[in-house]
Amino acid sequence: MSFYGLVDGSDSSLRNYLKQLPGVDQVGAEARAAMLATRSIKTTSKAWAIDTAISMVDLTTLEGADTPGKVQALCSKAFRPDPNDLTVPRVGAVCVYNDMVGIARQHLDSIGAHDLPVAAVSTAFPSGRASMAVKLQDTEDAIIAGAAEIDMVIDRGAFLSGRLIEVFEEIVAIREVCRDRAHLKVILETGELVTLDNVRKASYLAMLAGADFIKTSTGKVAPAATAPVVLVMLEAVRDFYDLTKVRIGVKPAGGIRTTKDAIKQLVLVNETAGPEWLNPSLFRIGASALLNDLLMQRMKMSDGYYASPNYVTID
Amino acid sequence: MNFEYAAAPESRSVVKIDPEYGHFINGKWVNGSAHFNTINPATEEVLSRIALGTAADVDAAVKAARNAFDKSWSKLSGRERGKYLFRIARIMQERAREFAVLETLDNGKPIRESRDVDVPLSAAHFFYHAGWADKLEYAGVETTTAPHGVVGQIIPWNFPLLMLAWKVAPALATGNTVVLKPAETTSLTALLFAQVCQQAGLPDGVVNIVTGDGSTGSAIVNHPGIDKIAFTGSTEVGKLIARAVAPTNKSLTLELGGKGANIVFGDAAIDETVEGIVNGIFFNQGHVCCAGSRLILQESIADEVLEKLKRRMDKIRVGDPLDKNTDLGAINSAEQLAKIRELTAAGEAEGAGRWSANCALPENGFWFAPTIFTGVTQAHRIAREEIFGPVLSVLTFRTPAEAIEKANNTPFGLSAGIWSEKGSNILWATQQLRAGVIWANTFNKFDPASPFGGYKESGWGREGGRHGLSAYLKGSAK
Repeated sequence: MSFYGLVDGSDSSLRNYLKQLPGVDQVGAEARAAMLATRSIKTTSKAWAIDTAISMVDLTTLEGADTPGKVQALCSKAFRPDPNDLTVPRVGAVCVYNDMVGIARQHLDSIGAHDLPVAAVSTAFPSGRASMAVKLQDTEDAIIAGAAEIDMVIDRGAFLSGRLIEVFEEIVAIREVCRDRAHLKVILETGELVTLDNVRKASYLAMLAGADFIKTSTGKVAPAATAPVVLVMLEAVRDFYDLTKVRIGVKPAGGIRTTKDAIKQLVLVNETAGPEWLNPSLFRIGASALLNDLLMQRMKMSDGYYASPNYVTID
Repeated sequence: MNFEYAAAPESRSVVKIDPEYGHFINGKWVNGSAHFNTINPATEEVLSRIALGTAADVDAAVKAARNAFDKSWSKLSGRERGKYLFRIARIMQERAREFAVLETLDNGKPIRESRDVDVPLSAAHFFYHAGWADKLEYAGVETTTAPHGVVGQIIPWNFPLLMLAWKVAPALATGNTVVLKPAETTSLTALLFAQVCQQAGLPDGVVNIVTGDGSTGSAIVNHPGIDKIAFTGSTEVGKLIARAVAPTNKSLTLELGGKGANIVFGDAAIDETVEGIVNGIFFNQGHVCCAGSRLILQESIADEVLEKLKRRMDKIRVGDPLDKNTDLGAINSAEQLAKIRELTAAGEAEGAGRWSANCALPENGFWFAPTIFTGVTQAHRIAREEIFGPVLSVLTFRTPAEAIEKANNTPFGLSAGIWSEKGSNILWATQQLRAGVIWANTFNKFDPASPFGGYKESGWGREGGRHGLSAYLKGSAK
């Protein structure tokens, strides 16, 4: 088997490939991310960035206490984020647990949001601690129920103990289940990988194994989508495109709560991977509270004052 | 989709610029006899008129400084001196926005740099030296702890306020009084600093600021009432000063030019190295004496690094220095721009490959696009002479020994950079390089506690840290 002609699927080829990647200097990466965070995005560029960010949100609810009613409300909000202002774009996708996929899909269809995808977290999210059979079934279930996007987690234990081929084969197997039925996002859980060298290695590992997107975090572990981590992942997809002419998407998730945070992410994309990635098909932001802040900032830009939070819906 | 950043200019209304300035002598403003214009290099707009200091103005300033040294400043305890320095540092922080905007207007550097680097570092120098004022006995200097007396200080235009801080803070901490001349094109922040001295209640005559050109500087260097000269500027002028001071009893420190080698080994962390190269040569439009102006790349990664460097250079935002999103501002003067153009033309004529970032340059003002030259050899002028602009000369090497040989093959020796993920490589290279400051996996990092200075024609003496203190104490080497 050949994976982009870069590795042949064997342990040694994968190991050698990941070994020759250049290292990441943490101090330098943090300094670059901090410098980009000083970009001042105002007036017309801010208005553009807010709408772009809204269209990139994977509106998420991943709570044990989720109910069908809450998921339905979330779907309505995803389709029409501001019921009073139809110029607000719809979000990128709705992201829920496996058992809520059918409910979400049905509700979206019933309100005419046929092309708004449902993403399902999969492979024993968030820990990834289950047998391979369970992970495969978890994914198959979600796709059958209507998920068009699968957010799988990698086995961090295997990655950290150096069993890279296990992680690789697992992604390949899930990719096989998704085939052309669903987009595959691979969650690296960078908060548990700890070093930026690991983030770069895991990014390449996931891309080689067939990920359509690489995603920072589950949102259940802190730190989540820090700027240096997103920077390193954006460098990875940019360099991977140079090698393969295939563009892989990036999804930061967790900890992005304000418009300011979201705009900083867009600046990172713009000045690292480049403007081609400023598109919901290549960049998503996994978030829940963020959408309301984006809506309130949007209102502020059109009305000139900050509205009370009572003017945006809570879910 | 295109993400255009709308203009986000810092407001210039935070700072008041007088139409004309005099000299600051003995705590008072003294009218000048003749004046010259100081302009905003980004627009060529006249900002103010600066007094041209004469020998008589310098003499008055030296007398005031001597009087202040004899009657007040040398009588104060270190602790009392430290209180004034702390006060100055705090006022600089409080007025940071004024200083940053004024520096950007007068110098042309981006507000992001004056705001995030020049002004905070200047305040840090005062804080740092304030702490030393009452602890000189414990600084471990090899000199006495007695001040020289009156020091004459001449500073350059590339970091006007920061160079003032590098000079004034250690001089005052060690008990000297000061006659300072800012650069001809960038006097405004020094004059604002004079207001800070007044605000801090600094005794009259401890800091005197005489503005002017080379003739004013020469009057300071040759004044018999001055005990020590500290100069930062070109090697050419430094040599003149060394000659002038040689037959006198004056102490002298010089911080001169450089042609810093930035050496990238094959195992470097490439993305951060590219950032470091950009920061090394395009920080402050390359108007940096310790700039990493010679990039020495290991052949095995040269193509990859250059490709990434060019892509990164296309993202450098050149334009209005007051815009918070600007990365590269204006060249400080028409004269400097002419010098950069002359040397880059020589680079092309000598056969090096020129590549400039694709960026639109404003019509008015002095601008130069970020540029690299590839295929440069040691024999090229652009590999030997200091360009002092946003121009990088790229050389390659095969073995580490060759890298060191090339790096050291220069009359300068101010700075060098090493990029490698291998610690032993870094330690080996630092032992071979003949440069006063060597950065590993970073570039252009400054700290008041870290001594700065050069080998060979890059200068005499050190500034900053404990080493910098001794230059302002009696018994220091000439």
